[in-house]
Amino acid sequence: MALLEVKNLKVDFDTTDGVVHAVRDLSYSLEKGGTLAIVGESGSGKTQGAFALLGLLPRNGTASGSVMFDGKEILNLPRRQMNKYRAERIGIIFQDPMTSLNPYLRISRQMTEVLEHHRGMSHSAALVESIRFLDAVRIPDAANRVHMYPHEFSGGMRQRVMIAMALLCQPELLIADEPTTALDVTVQAEIIDLLVDLQEDFGTAIILITHDLGIVAGTCEDTLVMFGGKVMEHRKTLDLFANPQHPYTQGLMAAIPRLDKKVDRLSTVSYEFMVGERQA
Amino acid sequence: MSESEQVQTREPILKVRDISVEFSIPAGGLFGGRKVLKAVKNVSFDLYQGETLGIVGESGCGKSTLSRAVIRMLEPTSGQSIWMGHDIQKMSVKELVALRKDIQMIFQDPLASLNPRMTCGSIIGEPLLIHYPEIGKVERLARVIAMMEKVGLTADMINRYPHEFSGGQCQRIGIARALITNPKMIVCDEAVSALDVSIRAQVINLLMDLQKELGISLLFISHDIAVVRHIAQRVMVLYFGEVVEMGDAEQVVMHPQHDYTKKLIASVPVPDPKVEMERRELRRRLRKAAA
Repeated sequence: MALLEVKNLKVDFDTTDGVVHAVRDLSYSLEKGGTLAIVGESGSGKTQGAFALLGLLPRNGTASGSVMFDGKEILNLPRRQMNKYRAERIGIIFQDPMTSLNPYLRISRQMTEVLEHHRGMSHSAALVESIRFLDAVRIPDAANRVHMYPHEFSGGMRQRVMIAMALLCQPELLIADEPTTALDVTVQAEIIDLLVDLQEDFGTAIILITHDLGIVAGTCEDTLVMFGGKVMEHRKTLDLFANPQHPYTQGLMAAIPRLDKKVDRLSTVSYEFMVGERQA
Repeated sequence: MSESEQVQTREPILKVRDISVEFSIPAGGLFGGRKVLKAVKNVSFDLYQGETLGIVGESGCGKSTLSRAVIRMLEPTSGQSIWMGHDIQKMSVKELVALRKDIQMIFQDPLASLNPRMTCGSIIGEPLLIHYPEIGKVERLARVIAMMEKVGLTADMINRYPHEFSGGQCQRIGIARALITNPKMIVCDEAVSALDVSIRAQVINLLMDLQKELGISLLFISHDIAVVRHIAQRVMVLYFGEVVEMGDAEQVVMHPQHDYTKKLIASVPVPDPKVEMERRELRRRLRKAAA
């Protein structure tokens, strides 16, 4: 049985200009320990599709369809039950680590709180465990730095703290929403390499949401390309890159300036495929 | 004769010599006093007509500060920048205003760099109003429309406000505004970084086409060395305010000399799973070697 089974997920937003269909029909499944990349440009629905299954939509958003996690329906669960999943079985990393950490609290407090509340650990045991996770995400001198405030860390280090926090309860699924977009490219490489290593060590299933096809190439087994709230292509990453089938995927790949190949002129994405789809 | 050799035989339009910028910042603590942060350290370079020089480096390495100091949008602590024989750092305010006709800028955030209360047409036409007040209303309008069409906008968009445009279109407005005074040089500060992949390719192509047509020089600042390699003939790598490597873009990318450049290039994700897996191994080795 798949760990996560998403079927016909739809996300709509009620706005003053009418209803916006952010996600039109999203289906995929993810095995235990599997890795899936969801790629798309801004407005493709990649983030809202993931937020919907965690119950993180803003108030004007509604989700329909079905999301089975470990055999149970979790879409639109009451907040109390959803919290349990979110804390213990599904971890999430957001794009901006500064806004997702509480600036007033030391890292130690923010981490131990989770373990004390959800795992019933004593404070001292929780602190030891927190330090162990900061070590795992390669924060140097973790035993001392655990007592610092978020602003005392650099952007890359803060994102490492976020990853450590997301892994604290050893979730079965980790959703990373553009985890490296706010970071410098050398730091990005370190964080992505770290995620890959952690995935191997902990066996956590990962959904990586990103706009960057380059990041996807070396990280996830499967890749799902979204555009306009719909799935354009969903295949093994190796196959997708070797032989992209959908015109949108092909266009997207040709539009990236690459370090390993020199072209005189970048191709641009042609949206001709949309014409056919509208008529269909 | 190759393209880069041709470039070398001409006189540069901009000569920058030993530019340094220092900021006074709090040293920390309540009574800690102040200390000096050296944001840019003794940077020199030449820029030739019709050439693109790329400046790459990470956030905080001083690339934006450098470009602003060179054209005196902020005052450098020391150094010279010679624009066609005249030292920009010694220019009077009047001369500086005249210089802005020749050197224009395109900024990173396409929407934030446009005044939300002005229409597209008045944004693009404003530099003309300032630098060429003798041009009449009708002529100005005609030039604005011609420029809009040049950058891929249509004349019927002229009365729209910035929020009615997409990010890529806003960046086209920014490019049109920079081009309308017929500048000789444009500073592009992360001009394509905020754009989606498909839009980014369009804007890069537009910039390269316009450069070819008009013979403008570009100082192209970006954190993305893949984009810089594509658009620039020469590249400068900045690290903590210092130039660690400068040369032919192809040469720097294919045969980086400095350790930082090597790390930077190894970090850029390549959209090819097989290549990317090899590169991860390379990064592991570099990291181990550094540790």
